[in-house]
Amino acid sequence: MSSTTNSPTHHTSTIGAIGAPSRRNTELALLVFAVVIPVFAYANVGLAINNHVPAGLLEYGLGLGLLAGVAHLAVRKFAPYADPLLLPLATLLNGLGLVVIWRLDQSKLLQSLKGFSPAAPRQLLYTALGIALFAAVLIFLKDHRVLQRYTYISMFCALTLLILPLVPGLGADIYGAKIWIRVPGLGSLQPGEFAKIVLAIFFAGYLMVKRDALALASRRFMGLYLPRGRDLGPILVVWAISILILVFETDLGTSLLFFGMFVIMLYVATERTSWIVFGLLMSAVGAVGVASFESHIQTRVNAWLDPMREYQLSRQITHDGILHSDQLQQSLWAFGSGGTLGTGWGQGHSDLIKFAANSDFVFATFGEELGLAGIMAMLLLYGLIAERGMRTALAARDPFGKLLAVGLSGAFALQVFVVAGGVMGLIPLTGMTMPFVAYGGSSVLANWALIGILIRISDTARRPAPAPAANPDAEMTQVVRPS
Amino acid sequence: MSELTLTVMRLGFLAVLWLFVIVAVQVIRSDLFGTRVTQRGSRREAGRQQQAPRQQPAAPPQQRGQQGGGRRGRNAPSKLVVTEGTLTGTTVALQGQTITLGRAHDSTIVLDDDYASSRHARIYPDRDGQWIVEDLGSTNGTYLDRSRLTTPTPIPLGAPIRIGKTVIELRK
Repeated sequence: MSSTTNSPTHHTSTIGAIGAPSRRNTELALLVFAVVIPVFAYANVGLAINNHVPAGLLEYGLGLGLLAGVAHLAVRKFAPYADPLLLPLATLLNGLGLVVIWRLDQSKLLQSLKGFSPAAPRQLLYTALGIALFAAVLIFLKDHRVLQRYTYISMFCALTLLILPLVPGLGADIYGAKIWIRVPGLGSLQPGEFAKIVLAIFFAGYLMVKRDALALASRRFMGLYLPRGRDLGPILVVWAISILILVFETDLGTSLLFFGMFVIMLYVATERTSWIVFGLLMSAVGAVGVASFESHIQTRVNAWLDPMREYQLSRQITHDGILHSDQLQQSLWAFGSGGTLGTGWGQGHSDLIKFAANSDFVFATFGEELGLAGIMAMLLLYGLIAERGMRTALAARDPFGKLLAVGLSGAFALQVFVVAGGVMGLIPLTGMTMPFVAYGGSSVLANWALIGILIRISDTARRPAPAPAANPDAEMTQVVRPS
Repeated sequence: MSELTLTVMRLGFLAVLWLFVIVAVQVIRSDLFGTRVTQRGSRREAGRQQQAPRQQPAAPPQQRGQQGGGRRGRNAPSKLVVTEGTLTGTTVALQGQTITLGRAHDSTIVLDDDYASSRHARIYPDRDGQWIVEDLGSTNGTYLDRSRLTTPTPIPLGAPIRIGKTVIELRK
């Protein structure tokens, strides 16, 4: 602008909304990328182990591509304004999971174990079912606010799902943690994975109604807002339930996940830091308290504190009646031998973990074969899913959708933390699985449903707002009449 | 397979994985949405900007405001404060831009006031950086202190400007 300007410059600012564009083509491009990466990995595994490109490369690539294409078309048709990143991120993680499960299927050591059968074809089937569930969520859940009507029904569903593994004859005690149910003819199921979603619906509906009471009535003490005694009720009830899960199902992960999800949602709903302080204190007290008398938890804690001792005990014949496992130590060695850049696909020895190498401990294989660089990228992929969930929550216009998106993405992030922390020896190991990459039908199905709900909320949030009904500019100005 | 091929594939895979992460983050960067603040120039200026579309509209007025501030010395007002009415407590920083007041949605300060017109008044700096208030032909008029404005008038620091039920003043 020239300095000779002598006119008064009149600048006004307009604050207008930028409608988020439909980003379906971006999504498609990323999706192609997300299918190509696992195909590359699959070829790499075949070349490293068998010296030739695996025979099923084309089928596998087409299969994954077809599933991704179906999911993409479902989003294009039923949620055109949804976030462009959620689907490609989930597809990539799921594809990498399929590769790593197929890679562990190739291990001679695992093949020699009793009851071995290739897991990759079944995981591909679960993925197909998961994508079908994802599409079903998008088709039948036209508006996420419908879920709000089922607030208390969700509570009962969630409690039922949580109690199911304890029902005699139905529940299955698999290596200590009772978080499975056995459905005759179908195999076993982990109801906790589904309870996660249903519980998020209940918490969102409940906190939306009660958050004002929980946020406003409080006293200030040492910089923290202390809630009134009676407002502690809900958090105490959820805490008690999570402790009961810990005692009866002896699974630290499930317990931590539900309590943590409630605390996150409570914090977001009330904006009071004190809830986080309370939540951390209560979970610490609960975990320490239960660990003092529950032998299964003690075993897990001991294995966490001293994995090497546990490793040596597993090599000896012990008579203490406890199943000693060298898994955690093997997992730590796997991470260690991976180093910064990893050994490369198919060249690690994470199959030494043996049992659950492709489910609970699947992350150790990534740690060994892709190294620190690889798992950092994977953790970032998980982080991006959680971030897109939080971004969806910020953009959502209704409080229920906000809380639900926060709850789902918070639970997702917490689950990643609990599992990754467990296999890396940061926290005691739990019986949960890494979302999308671990072998297991319940996990894959539940997480695809979770992504489906997040995509539905983000579609509603990013849809351009309807035009305002009346234009106030057109109204007449009232005239002041001197009285 | 030779060692070299496998090493290349290993590093290549990591590179591709990170490339995906970076592309995803780039998508997030281009995906920011929400509210946008657009600077709109006067008609004459807009014409000039069309001739030279590469000029950035936001920067020049700010510079001018700072220069003016230097000339006006310490008594230059730096903000506009709403002291009465539904918007009481609102402050708007004065950075050399024109501030429009009215019920219209595109006003800088949108008044929720039945006695204000849609385009009621505007406040702008003249060439010397002195802030001027001008009534835009409003129904109920704009008052500076007690007198109804008929011409654009310089605003003394702290003098109340009344628009309908709303009172604003300029402060340092």
